Amino acid sequence: MANEILAEQISGEYKYGFVTDIEADNAPKGLNEDIIRFISKKKNEPEWMLEYRLKAFKYWQTLEEPHWAHVSYTKPNFQDIIYYSAPKPKVQLNSLDEVDPELLKTFEKLGISIEEQKRLSGVESRIAVDIVMDSVSVKTTFKETLSEKGIIFCSFGEAVQEHPELVKKYMGSVVPYTDNFYAALNSAVFTDGSFCYIPKGVRCPMELSTYFRINASGTGQFERTLIIADEDAYVSYLEGCTAPMRDENQLHAAVVEIVTHKNAEVKYSTVQNWYPGDKNGKGGIFNFVTKRGICLEDNSKISWTQVETGSAVTWKYPSVILKGDNSVGEFYSVAVTNNYQQADTGTKMMHLGKNTRSTIISKGISAGFSNNSYRGLVRIAKGASNARNFSQCDSLLMGDKCGAHTFPYIEIKDKSAIVEHEATTSKIGEDQLFYCKSRGIDNEKAIGLIVNGYCKEVLNKLPMEFAVEAQKLLAVSLEGSVG
Amino acid sequence: MPYCLSGKISEMLVIKNLHASIDGKEILRGINLEVKAGEIHAIMGPNGSGKSTLSAVLAGKADYEITEGSVTFNGKDLLELSPEDRAREGVFLAFQYPVEIPGVSNINFLKTAINEIRAYKGQTPMEAKDFLALVKEKQKLVELDGKLANRSVNEGFSGGEKKRNEIFQMAMLEPKLAILDETDSGLDIDALRIVAGGVNKLKSKDNATIVITHYQRLLDYIVPDVVHILYKGKIVKSGPKELALELEEKGYDFIKEEVGA
Ligand SMILES: Nc1ncnc2c1ncn2[C@@H]1O[C@H](COP(=O)(O)OP(=O)(O)O)[C@@H](O)[C@H]1O
Ligand SMILES: [Mg+2]
Repeated sequence: MANEILAEQISGEYKYGFVTDIEADNAPKGLNEDIIRFISKKKNEPEWMLEYRLKAFKYWQTLEEPHWAHVSYTKPNFQDIIYYSAPKPKVQLNSLDEVDPELLKTFEKLGISIEEQKRLSGVESRIAVDIVMDSVSVKTTFKETLSEKGIIFCSFGEAVQEHPELVKKYMGSVVPYTDNFYAALNSAVFTDGSFCYIPKGVRCPMELSTYFRINASGTGQFERTLIIADEDAYVSYLEGCTAPMRDENQLHAAVVEIVTHKNAEVKYSTVQNWYPGDKNGKGGIFNFVTKRGICLEDNSKISWTQVETGSAVTWKYPSVILKGDNSVGEFYSVAVTNNYQQADTGTKMMHLGKNTRSTIISKGISAGFSNNSYRGLVRIAKGASNARNFSQCDSLLMGDKCGAHTFPYIEIKDKSAIVEHEATTSKIGEDQLFYCKSRGIDNEKAIGLIVNGYCKEVLNKLPMEFAVEAQKLLAVSLEGSVG
Repeated sequence: MPYCLSGKISEMLVIKNLHASIDGKEILRGINLEVKAGEIHAIMGPNGSGKSTLSAVLAGKADYEITEGSVTFNGKDLLELSPEDRAREGVFLAFQYPVEIPGVSNINFLKTAINEIRAYKGQTPMEAKDFLALVKEKQKLVELDGKLANRSVNEGFSGGEKKRNEIFQMAMLEPKLAILDETDSGLDIDALRIVAGGVNKLKSKDNATIVITHYQRLLDYIVPDVVHILYKGKIVKSGPKELALELEEKGYDFIKEEVGA
């Protein structure tokens, strides 16, 4: 009985699946040196950038696609992807009046109308937004307000032009192109992304946010994000993602690098809602992302918070290298899979410095026929004395056709380390649901309540504006998953 | 013949020949019960006689199969309604074993419940300040520690706190028919007095209460209009409040003898 209802009701409609009708400026399909030169030329890049790309491409050609993750999918055909698609007009825009009205409509549908942002100026809680659609950064808001404080927040392409010394110094310093298959691919073909530099002693007065959207059909999105917090600096950074519904799988392979100097702190929050495919597992985004931060100097802190509800296949491990003494790394994650989604996600905490601390809180929720894996590594290097880690990995199953898996790896090379790991697996309780119903709360709302309660520790880490969105998203992506 | 009270008009709950099974095993075997607005009914019976089953069936738990009989609530076919609609119509069950919902604050839980019920009745959501005033008032009524209201639903509550929280929820939702399933078990005498006090204060001519209990003790505080004895899935005897005393005195064995079981 419960299963029939389950099968009948698993719907989890994707509410962001619209296609914006904007003429795109595409590269031809496929990948070779000429394509890379084309991208570089399009972006008017200096020679060193092109060389970096070509080196990465040469290296990528020597690699095999990895297959160790607990996911199965048809390998993307890398010659069948469009590596550059820019919505027209692609001229530098200075005011909203110059923005294509279709594009503005897109932003509105995404719930981030720039108009709204503008109206909010002068209010306490403001968010500066960089929007990356397909391959190109379209508009960065609040640039002037930020530049008064010396904060640089711009598209990656712009940073290459305007701040080449910073890009040269930091790009690839956390995720070298040799890191893995998709990092190498990204380094060769990345088209845009966001760049952020917070100078010494500056606390960024607003949330910085990037929205990524894949729009054109058959395109891949390969964006790079680079965030640098100089000494005593602080920034909270948000990332949101959506894509239209399409039958074919689309590839998203991003690289995010974070560097914190002495006493600096970066909070990086993601609400990932790429199109997950339909209820039969057709279509959806392949999300193969390399995210890593380094606490380069003492007393610095990097915090990853992610709410992952989208993508057909996710392969993602936001990590922290704790190099500076007393540095802190955190990973708070909610990963939801429904229907035929697959997620293999987790983190790596690499303790190198003394008195370094890391916390991992992972909440996996599986529904439908989905598979949800946590994969984590805690490595304490020799000489990283008094390192501490606490990991908690909880899995929640909804129904009996889905799977939850936990792969925790621990490597300790220093005897003074204290590492704690806790793991639980639970089923969403019929008793909990009935209890809610007996108080007048219907099934959907009850699931929303229970799931949000289950994820509270993680949701609490999100900035207010994002937490509300994330809560709604959780409820929507699990709609009808328990009868 | 079931014991009946005269002089009251409106039948709130009418249970006729109710049979219910679980996994093919018949638990309720022909229950007849009529409850009018303004009344308090006590249902007593030994462990396993079907008291919790009856309350769960009334609240709409899906596990049970109703094989025979009918239940009407204020003229509506209760068995046709979803559990949430029963609650919205004014049925409330205080659980024998209240459920924990980690991470969901009591306040948020109740606010959701109240607004769902209001939406069902075509009312707008309750204003935040009115809601908080209501919380304050009802907390006082059941002497619930303010901290408990802000904690996750029943999580880490002691047995007594859970029971008191059920009565707090009842006070907040103001049901027409409250079914208290062994709300007294596991309570010390002070807690018992507070819980009973809450029930008495909430009593009105428009609502009714079914108090399920194993012990006569609770009925010193909540005085029932009628006492029913449930035995092996049937109400085998009904009578005035003195029946509870007789039962306490003689034990359930006397019922067994009387019904010839
Ligand atoms: N889920 C169930 N599956 C099988 N039998 C059950 C289930 N729930 C209750 N029962 C049986 O039904 C009978 C009545 O139980 P219950 O209603 O809990 O009694 P009471 O509340 O009067 O102690 C008992 O024999 C019990 O074992
Ligand atoms: Mg019972």
